[in-house]
Amino acid sequence: MVDSNTNRLPLEGVRIADFTWAWAGPYATELLAFLGAEVVKIESVKRPDHARTRSLSHGLSNRDLDKSSVFNDLNLNKLSLSLDLKQPKAIELAKRLVAVSDVVAENYRPGVMDKLGLGYDVLRQIKPDIVMLSSSAMGAVGPERNYAGFAPTFAALGGAAHLTGYPDKRPVPLMGSSDLRSASTSAFAILVALYHKARTGQGQHIDLSSTETIAINISDSILDYIMNGCVAVRKGNRDEIMAPHNVYPCKGESRWVSIAVATDEEWQSLCKAMSSPSLADDERFSDGYRRWCNQDDLDQIVGEWTANFTDYEVTAMLQKAGVAAMPTLQGTDLYEDSHFKFRSVATEVTHANVGTRFVVGPPWKFSATPARIRHSSPMLGEHNEYVLGGLLGMSRDEIAALEEDGVLS
Amino acid sequence: MNNTALAGIKVLECAKFVSGPYCTKLLADMGAEVIKIEPPSVGDGARYRGPFVGDIPHRERSGFFFFLNTSKLGITLDIDTATGREIFLRLIEDCDVLVEDKPPQFMKEQGLDYEYLKSINPRLIMTSITPFGQSGPYRGYKAYHLNTYHGSGVAKVLSSILPDETPVPVKGPGFLGDFDSGLNAATAIMAALYSWLFTGEGQHIDISKQESLMALERVEIGMYGNEGDTKFSTVFMQQMVGGLQRCKDGYVLITLGGDHHWEGLVKMLGDPEWAGEEKFQGEFGKYEHAQEINKYIAEWMIEHDKAEIYHRCQSLNCPVGMVTTVADLAASEQLEAHGFFAEAEHSEMGRFRCPTAPYRFSETLHRFHRPAPTLGEHNEEILCNRLGYSKEELSRMRGVGII
Repeated sequence: MVDSNTNRLPLEGVRIADFTWAWAGPYATELLAFLGAEVVKIESVKRPDHARTRSLSHGLSNRDLDKSSVFNDLNLNKLSLSLDLKQPKAIELAKRLVAVSDVVAENYRPGVMDKLGLGYDVLRQIKPDIVMLSSSAMGAVGPERNYAGFAPTFAALGGAAHLTGYPDKRPVPLMGSSDLRSASTSAFAILVALYHKARTGQGQHIDLSSTETIAINISDSILDYIMNGCVAVRKGNRDEIMAPHNVYPCKGESRWVSIAVATDEEWQSLCKAMSSPSLADDERFSDGYRRWCNQDDLDQIVGEWTANFTDYEVTAMLQKAGVAAMPTLQGTDLYEDSHFKFRSVATEVTHANVGTRFVVGPPWKFSATPARIRHSSPMLGEHNEYVLGGLLGMSRDEIAALEEDGVLS
Repeated sequence: MNNTALAGIKVLECAKFVSGPYCTKLLADMGAEVIKIEPPSVGDGARYRGPFVGDIPHRERSGFFFFLNTSKLGITLDIDTATGREIFLRLIEDCDVLVEDKPPQFMKEQGLDYEYLKSINPRLIMTSITPFGQSGPYRGYKAYHLNTYHGSGVAKVLSSILPDETPVPVKGPGFLGDFDSGLNAATAIMAALYSWLFTGEGQHIDISKQESLMALERVEIGMYGNEGDTKFSTVFMQQMVGGLQRCKDGYVLITLGGDHHWEGLVKMLGDPEWAGEEKFQGEFGKYEHAQEINKYIAEWMIEHDKAEIYHRCQSLNCPVGMVTTVADLAASEQLEAHGFFAEAEHSEMGRFRCPTAPYRFSETLHRFHRPAPTLGEHNEEILCNRLGYSKEELSRMRGVGII
């Protein structure tokens, strides 16, 4: 595939007025910014995106609003406009920005945008074909619409935490990925609405529930309850049907390889790779059903074998034999991994205050319209002049007056 | 609602199990016409996965297959045969998007790689979803969900919050990573389609399941590259005020985003004396004494039910979640009110409540509008009515296993 940087980006010409904060909102618009949309992020010094100062996973760190690597990671390619939305003049400016935008994205609690005077009903008067995404913990209707949450809350409420981990241990509330799942769903929904708008001229409002973006992924377990009254429990790495299906210890400190076998053919290949004809003939494991029923014994035997090799050695041997295996890659391993490097999964980006850091790039490879990282996250208010002067046509004096009045603080 | 966002888009799906089918289901539910191609006689392997209606395995009664294939048309076709290939290419001529999940070398060997398909339909948006993508040393590796999950680094991120000293890394629930990959592919397709509206230009999209997962832990994975193997996540779980707490009938999860959340929590706990102690004041004070605070919190939680804690705490403006089971989800008034469930109807499965989608669109349809197809249900409609084969030809093809 030719990966040419001279090609047109898919969302060239699309402008997004971005009122989102934390993780679930900003990653949605970052994905669209990777695709070429011009994203203008609206914050203020009084109420900055809290990813600039803290994160659940890394604690309180930054006093300096322009020095957060977490914020940088979730706001690449964006522009920043600082507006104190407590001031009527700021609301007027936000509306003027919406008037020249295609999309509005926000993840306040339901009702907050309405109180600010920036609800969908108002914005559609200003820009009839606007696409507006409202993302919240539980959605904008229903008895729990005012409830709030962060990523682990969504994993808990969406049913994923209960199903993750080991049966005899505590549930595992996933990590930041729950916010990014919600964000990925938002990006998809916005693109669908943008396509519809481009084709028909009709805008619309999307009401998204972060909790439901998690729950949808366990629909099969939900249906098992609805159809059969079965309440699913967590099962570690095990599967309903396949065995072996687990991680096994390898040489080194806390090194693991995952192995999954679906068919008799794969099972025979595994036995061959393990140079164990007796295992291939073992009646306990002679068909898929028996392997599943006797998987405790099976896991013990496979684990004793893998312990003689490194995770990469087991993977190479088994892949050669046609058996699915991969190391449990961890931390810095990834950056040494030949495939990770070949595919340029992480690239270095320089931010004036944060420094030069690895960030994970867009998760797609397009042959004609490659998505890409163009620049680091913005300093708060970095693009006030471009947005107010360039996009809204205000004079330098007018902008200076706004600054004077504290509208841009 | 008859208005659909993706009306007029034609998608051909040549994929199985979760990722590819979930990708095209998302498009089909939004109004795209999706023709799903399944291997003759057996069909998609997802048909053999539960849950089944009444717990009795039957290839037309899998809830798993149903959910992943709503709103689609279904045909059977063996594209390895000369006739099957000819039909496949005729369908390619007339479609906008192809979604396939074959190993990269397979499509090349079959002469069905993008270079060739583009010569038949230059406007084609071909989307390939594979464990490790179309290029790189692992492109030919075999991997099930377990393997891509562990191979993405995401399982290791998870294991850093496991409550053990030496945790055994664990995957996410069910086929989580495969759903993620399907959604990621659908997003890429929508971007390509948007661009295509203006340029008419087709292209090839390469989706790696491994990278789809890595993207979702981009902050942690970035840190690994920049800070090395620090234990920040473990530190977080141990130092977090609240966090996962056992209660009378399960678990709740407490996250505090600032002092205003703390105030709500303290109010729920009944304004205990310890909460006023000097050392617990301010956010840094709380972080420093998290273990001590958590002991107090735990004593209260174990006396109360998760639903009570959840609703009371949220009403006091503190973002607490309860750890729900699928039974809780099915009974949730909130999910019902927000439209997460809708009634589905299927010739072999009867009527049942089924999850729909996590979003509501104000103007266009956002959920399934027809059931998943039975195996080969639309063979006649597609092959006879559209491609012009006669019923006799169809039965001859069926006889030799082509359809």
